[in-house]
Amino acid sequence: MKQEFKVISKIIKNNKRVLDIGCGDGTLMEYLKKNQNNDVRGLEPEKNLVQECIAKGLSVIEGDAEKELIQFPKKSFDYVVLSQTLQAFLNPEEVLNQLLRIGKQTIISIPNFGYWKIRLHLLFKGTMPVTKNIPYDWYNTPNLHMCTIQDFVNFCDKKNIQIDQSMCLTNERISEITVTNMRYKNIFSQLGVFLIK
Amino acid sequence: MNSDIKNIKKIVINQTLELDCGKKIKDFPIAYETYGTLNKNKNNAILTFHALTGDQFVTNINPITKREGWWSFAVGPGKAIDTNKYYVICANVLGGCMGSFGPNQINSETNKMFGTTFPVITIKDIVKAQSYLLDYLGIKKLLAVAGGSMGGMQVLQFTSLYPDRAHCAIPIACTASHSAQNIALNELGRQAIMADPNWNDENLSPDKGLAVARMAAHITYLSKQGLQEKFGRKLQDKGSLKFSFAADFQIESYLRYQGASFVDRFDANSYLYITRAMDYFDLEKQFNGNLSLAFKNTKSKFCIISFSSDWLYPTSENKEVVIALNACGANVGFVEISSDKGHDSFLLNVPSFLKTLSEFLNSAYDEIKNETRI
Repeated sequence: MKQEFKVISKIIKNNKRVLDIGCGDGTLMEYLKKNQNNDVRGLEPEKNLVQECIAKGLSVIEGDAEKELIQFPKKSFDYVVLSQTLQAFLNPEEVLNQLLRIGKQTIISIPNFGYWKIRLHLLFKGTMPVTKNIPYDWYNTPNLHMCTIQDFVNFCDKKNIQIDQSMCLTNERISEITVTNMRYKNIFSQLGVFLIK
Repeated sequence: MNSDIKNIKKIVINQTLELDCGKKIKDFPIAYETYGTLNKNKNNAILTFHALTGDQFVTNINPITKREGWWSFAVGPGKAIDTNKYYVICANVLGGCMGSFGPNQINSETNKMFGTTFPVITIKDIVKAQSYLLDYLGIKKLLAVAGGSMGGMQVLQFTSLYPDRAHCAIPIACTASHSAQNIALNELGRQAIMADPNWNDENLSPDKGLAVARMAAHITYLSKQGLQEKFGRKLQDKGSLKFSFAADFQIESYLRYQGASFVDRFDANSYLYITRAMDYFDLEKQFNGNLSLAFKNTKSKFCIISFSSDWLYPTSENKEVVIALNACGANVGFVEISSDKGHDSFLLNVPSFLKTLSEFLNSAYDEIKNETRI
């Protein structure tokens, strides 16, 4: 299981209800179900992946988060997880509002556009950055709203969203983001993981 | 045909069933068939529900019609619903014409066929009658309930009536409430039957009307694309148009064949009663307009399946059920299978559908295979 999922699963307490949005092939869901006795549900737009999940006994619904989240009642999950997809929605703000409505807490991860390699790519090459984590060209990227760790924290401040935990990942290394190391982490992290409500 | 029909498995329900219409029935027969073996723990039983024109003969050669069972692609040894592993049960619905209590049975009071004196039945009545069969077979909790189309409606009604009697539920290509379009199409079929001068004459059979009903219905089971690819404008005889009303086009001759062969195996009054039961089906209304209340107590794990080209019970209607289940926190998975075979996809060889069905059941069985249901 990838490092990011390890971070997310550590945040989630045992025996809780979890909704994994964009659950992919269900790797995280399966881990949570087997190892932490979590009651997990998933939402995934790709048919093939939904079928893969159902085959594993995971309850996954085929659907698009921008249309489907409205059906889940208020605070019906202890945790709602959104891994590296916020930037791909047409209206990320609305999706985020839905996540906060459905989940008592929300875990969200974002690829950091402030990572130094990305900054240098744009500065020196003058073309849109293509990296291992963000492997798309400008004309085929699903990522419509890239942001940096700093952007996301600023956004939460502005919208009165409480950040309970913030972690970051660099080449598989996990560390915590604090007020004092924020500027540094915004340059040297590839991924930010936040627990918000 | 009549001698064979006497040999089919049948139980007489000696409890009183109060029907939705208010009438009470007692000592009525339910015909059924089983496949595979019930294991020691009694935890491998699957109740399948047939659709409008199906019957209890799910797979193998139907002993009455001498044709393949309606779900032969899905049910059998080594198939998605593997009869080497599971014990598969199917009953002929109330109102049906394959041995269960229906309009073609003799009314002992008048010594005549019930015909249209048969009480109007509902999906709820149909499901309740089958619960008596489960009692008779000694099955407390099923591994699964599964069915497509009207069979799917029965799955929904079953899980609502009996929230803890099936470990998992597989409603396929169905709806929680028959739409105006569904009712309209059924009414077309009924009017075709009733317009036949032979209808309602005890000694005659309205074959032409029933055949037209079947032809119209058959079109609704296919997709436009499927029809176009299979038939297009192909002519029956390779020559040219005949400038007559004979079956010039292959699609015409196909539909005529479908209609003609249907009347040999189906009772026109059963067609009226069962389509009526479908039209009356409105699970949402049973719970005062809140469908999620229908599943409030459900313990079943749901896997809802729809087909992309099904316009009779489209994905949107299947999704209404998903939404209702999510609203009450039930355990539900949903997938729309890509297929150009229309509503009939659930009866046909659609590999990704059969794979999903098989794997979902496998994982569900793994969850409970050590539990006993005795």
